[in-house]
Amino acid sequence: MGKVILEVNELTTKYITRFGEDVYAVDHVSLKVEEGKSLGIAGESGCGKSTLALSLMGYYFPPLHYTSGEIIIDGHNITGMKPDDVRKSILGTEIAYIPQAAMNALNPTQKVINIIEDVVQAHDPSKKKKDIYDLARAGFEKLGLPADVLQRYPVELSGGMKQRTVIAISVILGPKVLIADEPSSALDVTSQKMVIKMLRNLMDNGMIKAMIFITHELPLLYNVTTDIMVMYAGQIVEKGAAKETVFDPLHPYAKGLMGSIIVPEAGLRGVKLTAIPGVPPNLKKPPSGCRFAERCKYVHPECKASSVGVTTVGDNRTYRCILSEKELREVYKNAN
Amino acid sequence: MPTNNDPVGNNPVGNNPVGNNPVGKKLCLSVKGLTKEFGFGRQKNVAVNKVDMDLYEGEVVSIVGESGSGKTTLSKMLLGLINSTEGDIYFQGKKRDISSYSKKQEYWKNIQAIFQDPFSSYNIFNKIDAVLLDCINMRGGRRLPQAKKVEMMTEACSFVNLKYEEMTNKYPFELSGGQMQRLMIARIFLLKPKILLADEPTSMIDACSRATILDMLMKLRDETGMTLIFITHDIGLAYYVSDQVFIMEHGKFVESGSPDDVILHPREPYTKRLINDVPKIYEEWDLTTV
Repeated sequence: MGKVILEVNELTTKYITRFGEDVYAVDHVSLKVEEGKSLGIAGESGCGKSTLALSLMGYYFPPLHYTSGEIIIDGHNITGMKPDDVRKSILGTEIAYIPQAAMNALNPTQKVINIIEDVVQAHDPSKKKKDIYDLARAGFEKLGLPADVLQRYPVELSGGMKQRTVIAISVILGPKVLIADEPSSALDVTSQKMVIKMLRNLMDNGMIKAMIFITHELPLLYNVTTDIMVMYAGQIVEKGAAKETVFDPLHPYAKGLMGSIIVPEAGLRGVKLTAIPGVPPNLKKPPSGCRFAERCKYVHPECKASSVGVTTVGDNRTYRCILSEKELREVYKNAN
Repeated sequence: MPTNNDPVGNNPVGNNPVGNNPVGKKLCLSVKGLTKEFGFGRQKNVAVNKVDMDLYEGEVVSIVGESGSGKTTLSKMLLGLINSTEGDIYFQGKKRDISSYSKKQEYWKNIQAIFQDPFSSYNIFNKIDAVLLDCINMRGGRRLPQAKKVEMMTEACSFVNLKYEEMTNKYPFELSGGQMQRLMIARIFLLKPKILLADEPTSMIDACSRATILDMLMKLRDETGMTLIFITHDIGLAYYVSDQVFIMEHGKFVESGSPDDVILHPREPYTKRLINDVPKIYEEWDLTTV
């Protein structure tokens, strides 16, 4: 077992709405990412993926509030730190974060190199411009980006190039963990592939030690990450190695997500897509039992009675369902 | 591509460049040598270059290409939003006439579109009622009794798994992206056009809602027999839904045919590249070719 880079124990965070209601968007989430591993987070819109990303950086700004649990990055406990301290000492150097529409975050009136100077000098004001330029140039070359991008304005770059520039900027201070939140969802397939290749390069070069990749496209996750975690209504419903989770999902929700995959491979044309009916529950009043019970095809009366615990299978695999592994497989076999 | 002297489609077999013989199907939309140029002289930019295609009733057709290949320009010309530089469009055997606004409105009763971004597809000042009511009025239902209109709107909403009672007093921005896109399909359900042009209808919504939207579009096609044109960069989606695929590069169709031919046995390097760019799960995804 490798060294654990990111450890999250029973993290719970909530949003407080303007009417004073609590919405627990991340509910008792525990995870570990080891050195050299990458974790993919899948799930549909509104299930708490992005909130989890913000929470595990310790980046709490209202309406997001910390409730309980702890976050340890490379042995350094960051639980309870103020958001401003997080910004100064954690962001960029320990954790880097690429938000969803990252490419729109580049200031159009600044050259790329000036943006990089800003980032570096915010952490180390004594750094000289010449050194920053050399650092940026080396970083860009390592990632296969042309160095002349540094002297350009963001408006001169294409969408895919902007996104790759943002990724290169985010790792310039040598963070240990990179959180990529849907980095490719606004791009066409060719630019997407370039972004994916770059993320894989980052891992292979050892420029980052661990990665968390958030997306709703399972084929992408399968190709990028070593482990996959499926979230539903703020909880982890399934976690395991990428191959197991994609080809042999245990939780009915993960199974449902698998049914919505579209890939251009022989024999898959016109195969009925199995969309999961219904919508995720309202987290203002989460159901007392299994949160997926309302939409589950294989629901039992007991599902709705009390909350469902996590079952562990093998070394590294967990799922959240009242049925045992054997019963689940039986159910899926009969359904076909 | 074979030349043909029969643009009106009395002989659909001879008119069909791709060879999947839809005998018995009626030609719905036919495009001959359509070209669109922007700019003059050295600045001239040919966005769509002599494109021919034949669409039959009830068919699902995909136009696939990367950003900047001219897909959207082509779709705007099909919709009659911009004029072509050269070439003709024949609708149901007759040359399309959109020379005046009233003729355009008449044409738009037959062709409708769903766009990529559901958030910018609605008038933000109109409630959902008004959106749906507009569609009924456009189909000549202006004088129908109110109860009948409500019944029609309820039917349209239930077709896309929305509840009319919940929708009635809301504004479009109060819905989620998936719900908005479904409401768009409810509009199409009321309008019952002959052709629906869907420009990247699922690229902004998550994979789970995508399955729902695709299912609904297919169901709508089966019920109304309309022709569905998908514009997409995702060749996986094209493979999944279509009867005919056109691959577009720099304003030209470089390859066309049935999805099994084009996508499983591509001939053009461009098609091969597009296929290679989509993440695979059953086969190895080759990341070296970027």
